[in-house]
Order: sequence, then structure tokens, then C-alpha cells
Amino acid sequence: MFLFIASEVMLFGSFFTAYFFIRVVNHEPWPPPPFHLPVFVAFVNTAILVTSSFTMHWALQSIKRGNRVGMQAGLTLTFLMGLTFLLTQLLEYARIGFTPHDTAFGTVFFSLTGLHGAHVLVGLTILAAMTTRAYRGHFSPEAHEGVEIGGIYWHFVDVMWIIVFTTVYVL
Amino acid sequence: MPLNPLRSEAEAYRFVWLTIGYFGLIVAGALINKWLGLAVFVVLSAIILYFYLSRSERWTRVLAPTRSRTPENVRRILVVANETVGGETLREEIRRHGEGSRADVLVVSPALNTPLKHWVSDDDQARDDAQERLVRSLTRLKEVGIEARGEIGDGEPLQAIEDALRTFGADEIIISTHPEGRSNWLEKGVVSGARARFAVPITHVVVDLERESEELRR
Repeated sequence: MFLFIASEVMLFGSFFTAYFFIRVVNHEPWPPPPFHLPVFVAFVNTAILVTSSFTMHWALQSIKRGNRVGMQAGLTLTFLMGLTFLLTQLLEYARIGFTPHDTAFGTVFFSLTGLHGAHVLVGLTILAAMTTRAYRGHFSPEAHEGVEIGGIYWHFVDVMWIIVFTTVYVL
Repeated sequence: MPLNPLRSEAEAYRFVWLTIGYFGLIVAGALINKWLGLAVFVVLSAIILYFYLSRSERWTRVLAPTRSRTPENVRRILVVANETVGGETLREEIRRHGEGSRADVLVVSPALNTPLKHWVSDDDQARDDAQERLVRSLTRLKEVGIEARGEIGDGEPLQAIEDALRTFGADEIIISTHPEGRSNWLEKGVVSGARARFAVPITHVVVDLERESEELRR
């Protein structure tokens, strides 16, 4: 797990390095005119993703206490919120008014948010498998590693988004 | 081993909120004045770095194992052993600890590996060996009337204990090692480390396999 996290930190680190480099050498306000970032939509999306971390935690706590329905509800809600996040991001891409070809800003914006989006997609695949297993009667108070590991990954994706959102959209 | 904030779901969940707090304070500072935001960033980062490097006991200590629904009269015993997992002394100790109540025994056999193979994730052979030891041990325990479950653990014994405690609410831990002078675990301070790290009673059992096999031959 440590090696996985270290490799992920290095991957995101390289993208952030590119982002900060472009931002510092540009000597312009961020985002550079005439581009605008939909901060409010991204904020709502952030709230959705943070809430999904809560439901993920609830799902695991539920199965630890033997509450199967709680786990199923928690996983389903987490999946739905993750899906909402991803669809909203795709919608944002379609309406944002610039593309990855539009200057280094466009490239780095789509690279960073796209890299995170790819992680969300992987997380959704894991969540789909976990949710399906939960409805098929898998997992118990004694054996719930599948939910635990998936939960760690989902929280990691959440943490990365908080960093992306703060640095790209807010600061 | 560096402190890993994503070792369990609960820790990862806490890390999410810490991240929100960290960036929330920086943003709040930056909205007032960008230099204040920078100052908040520097101060918070320094505090985090200090805690990370000092790795205080509070951060690494596992206060209590996960409690799952178990009847009151069942005693949950976590046994961690390497090559000594099949030793007679250990079997006797497990039997003694389970007396007077129903015992739920989980035997964890760490997949012992060389550091190089560990870091390149080449642990197939180590896991096979641990599995073989475990099966032998569980069979012998069954022969003397002890019903036990088993699992392969991380090659690092303290990590193996921590992993097991997350899903097995142990009332006590039995750590089995070779005698002083022949035990890598004692040399590395596994028993003392476990006592400092886990809030569960820990019994250390020394198993002298050579003496036991000599006695068997007589």
C-alpha cells in the first residue's frame, strides 16, 4: 500500500510541478485572461465528493457492526455521488469554453483534472464491484477487507481532489 | 517504515478531514491577504512535518483492536509465530490461555521474506512457505483439541499484528519466538515493540524447537 501511495503521489506530483511551473512563469492572474473557471460548480462537486467519503465510511462502519442494509445503502450512495461527480466534470469540460489545445493553461488544467477523473473512474469500477458483492451477501463483521481497501482508495481520490480544487480553482 | 496515513479506511477518512482543515485554513488566510495565506501554509506545513518526523507514540499506537460481535464467553486469542508456529510449548500455551472459556484462536503466520524481495513484491515463495507452516500448525492444534483459524500475515511481524487486529478483536496476543540469541524477532525488538504499540495484553512464548525435537527423539 505504501509503494502504491508513493507512486501515486509522484504521479500527481509531476502534474502539479508542471502546473505550478506554468503558473509561476506566466506572471499573469490565474486563470489567465480570457479564461474563466466555473468555481461554484466545482465547489458543489467538491461537496458531493467529500460527502461520498462520509457515506463510504458509514458503509464500512455499518458492516463492522453487522448492519448489512447500512453497508448496502452507504456503498450505493457513494457510487451514485461518485458518478454524479464524474458526469458533472464531463459536463464542465463540454461547457468550459476552452480545450487542452488552448495554451499551456488549458493543457495543464485538463491534464490535472483529467488525471483525477481517471482515478475517480477506477474508484467507481471498484465501488461497482463492492456494491454488487454487498447485494450478493458478501462481507461480514469478521470479513470486510474488500470494503476496507476500496474505502482507502476512495478517500485517497477525495484527498487528491481537495488538493486539485484548492490549487487550481480557488487559490 | 514511514508513517502511512492511508493504512486503514478509518485513518484515510480522518486524513480527508485533516486535508480539508489544512487547505481550508490556507484558503481562509489567502482570502484575507495572500501573504497571510502563505504564512498559514508555511506554519501548518512545519507543524505537519514536525509531527511526521517525530512520529510520536500517539500517532503510531493502536489503542484498541476492532471489536466485532462476539459472545461474552468467547476469548479471542491472536497468535503470531514464525517457524515456531508448530512448537509444543506454543500449543500448550494456547491451550492454557483458552481454558475456562470458549477460545476463538486466529494464528497469523507472517510471510517472512528478505528485504530486497519484500521491496520488489516478490513474496510468492515467502507466502507459500508461511502457508505450509500454517497448515501444519493448524493440523497439530486440531489434534490436541484446539480449533483455530489461520491467515498469512505481512512479512513485518508488527504490521502483521496490526493488520490482524483490524478485523479480529483480540482479547490477547501470543507472540512466539525462538530463544534469545537465535531469534531475529527478539533482536529487532518485536515483542517490546508490540507491547508499546498495542493496547492488548501480550504474552511472549519462547519455543526451543531444537530442544523439543531432541526430547521427541528420546
